[in-house]
Amino acid sequence: MAGPALIPAGDFRTSYAADTTIFPTKTSRNFAIAGVLLLCLVPQFLGGYWLSMLIQIGIFSIAALGLNILVGFTGQISIGHAAFFLLGAFTSAYISNNAPVPVFFAIPVAGVVTALVGLIFGIPAARLKGLYLVIATLAAQYILLDFFSRAEWFSGGSVPASAEPFSIFGYTLRGDRQYFYVVLAYVLASYVLVTNLMRTRDGRALVAIRDHYLSAEIMGINLTKYRTLSFGLAAFFAGIAGALYAHYQLVVSQEGFGIERSILFLAMIIIGGTGSIMGTLMGTAFVVLLPETMELISLYLKGGAIDKALSLNNNITFLREIAIGVIIIVFLMFEPDGLAHRWRQIKAYWKLYPFSH
Amino acid sequence: MATSLEVRGVSLRFGGVRALTDVSFAINEGELFSIIGPNGAGKTSIVNCISGRYKPTEGQLFYQGRDITGLTPNARPKLGIGRTFQNLALFHHMSVLDNIMVGRHHLLKNNFLTGSLYWLTGARKEELVHRRKVEEIIDFLDLQSVRKAQAGTLSYGLRKRVELARAMALEPRLILLDEPMAGMNFEEKEDMARYIVDLNEEFGMTVVMIEHDMGVVMDISHRVMVLDFGRKIADGDPAAVLADPHVRRAYLGEEDEALVDPDDAPSVQESAA
Repeated sequence: MAGPALIPAGDFRTSYAADTTIFPTKTSRNFAIAGVLLLCLVPQFLGGYWLSMLIQIGIFSIAALGLNILVGFTGQISIGHAAFFLLGAFTSAYISNNAPVPVFFAIPVAGVVTALVGLIFGIPAARLKGLYLVIATLAAQYILLDFFSRAEWFSGGSVPASAEPFSIFGYTLRGDRQYFYVVLAYVLASYVLVTNLMRTRDGRALVAIRDHYLSAEIMGINLTKYRTLSFGLAAFFAGIAGALYAHYQLVVSQEGFGIERSILFLAMIIIGGTGSIMGTLMGTAFVVLLPETMELISLYLKGGAIDKALSLNNNITFLREIAIGVIIIVFLMFEPDGLAHRWRQIKAYWKLYPFSH
Repeated sequence: MATSLEVRGVSLRFGGVRALTDVSFAINEGELFSIIGPNGAGKTSIVNCISGRYKPTEGQLFYQGRDITGLTPNARPKLGIGRTFQNLALFHHMSVLDNIMVGRHHLLKNNFLTGSLYWLTGARKEELVHRRKVEEIIDFLDLQSVRKAQAGTLSYGLRKRVELARAMALEPRLILLDEPMAGMNFEEKEDMARYIVDLNEEFGMTVVMIEHDMGVVMDISHRVMVLDFGRKIADGDPAAVLADPHVRRAYLGEEDEALVDPDDAPSVQESAA
């Protein structure tokens, strides 16, 4: 039987409303709520390094979610995502420094500004496909980066721009422990919004364009509009994430947001699963934690025969880049649907456990 | 009877290739109209002109009196024109349900903002109303057991049926079916023929059908048009078209067993060998 996911025994749905919920069962919903509540307690127990890791996973997962709308759901491609991330960061910093608005409002405004710029760069996407689109988005990356290095009024030029700490109505949040909750709220909101988007008209239109654009057009979907829109949405989430990053680091610099960061965003969604919302989160966690794991491995190997031959410890970043490259290749070959798919398989296995076949 | 669609002197050229040459015909409201002809005769080309994928090089198309020649394909469902494709064009990674829901696109009002806010903007309510409509179509086409299945995993006959469901979800007044029965077995063909007659009689849709199975074409169509090398060679009620000497020569073959599907009939070489 060509069934979808396995439905638990006894799970009868007697209304269409019950059939359109985000979580398939009440139990799974309660688990998700419990998970979020547990996350709320995390800053009480974890501090310093691991908390900052969690915050970074949160911020980058919002940007990766935007990219997944574009790549995973609409079937477009962009290797300029890091530039939009940076644009959001600079915009939010600029607004909070120059306008009398608290950072609380600067972040969404930065998202909207980035989305508008994304819409402009999305116009060529309505006509270009595949490799040609890759080159067009590459141009977007370089145009934006060039703008940042030349427009000193906006980005501070070669000096990193400073950003205000997160504040709302005179109350300022300081430190990782408090900022964690801001990021958590944004992650939850972003993931819920995108989940809703994908189960309503425009989300379906995006997926329809990915799967068969000719018949999507016959179904009344305006290809130009939706292809451009998906760039706007991707840029919006990149902008939000960038703004969150700016007010987390309190300085914004171009350093580390070149093309390789764009590729890293692509790696997150490929590893997590293109076209999977939860997979985005998994993939981001994987890619953010990968360098840490590599460091542990290199510490373990330190002084060993391999180290002597290759002098790994001095080239830890080099090893990390190789690892990411290798892992992308491995995932493309053996797990093209990403961690999300593997997770579903594991769940299905346990559901059927003693009698799987 | 009111005219649903009028095709006036349509020609279509791709460089030096003449796909259609000066084709004119009119389809009445409520008619079941079939287009037949040998491979490469331009049947799909004319359907593509009506659905907007091709823009005719010359000539005009009128739908309910309105010139639709230059209208974009995505503007046509709003006017009431829907179609299916010859070589399956489903959204393979979406569920059957979502495939059909895409057909409601032009009838839904929620957008990316209201859709994202789901509970607050009435998008949820709207989705549920349209889900009910989609379930009616699922009931009609007997797709209940596969509604959650991924469209790409279904068998060929089922996919054809899902595609019909998706076109029905557009609530068209004029539905274009490009070879709805190609590659089906006898039972599946019989079911599909019933669905098509129901579309026409129960739902009151004007049906334009391209089909090679002469038995079905002769049985259910009100009127038949024959194309050959991009030209119209006959147009009229099935019996008259069948008797037309041009049609017999171009398409059906000269034998007496005109009602035999030309694909099934033994070819000359085979009988010689």
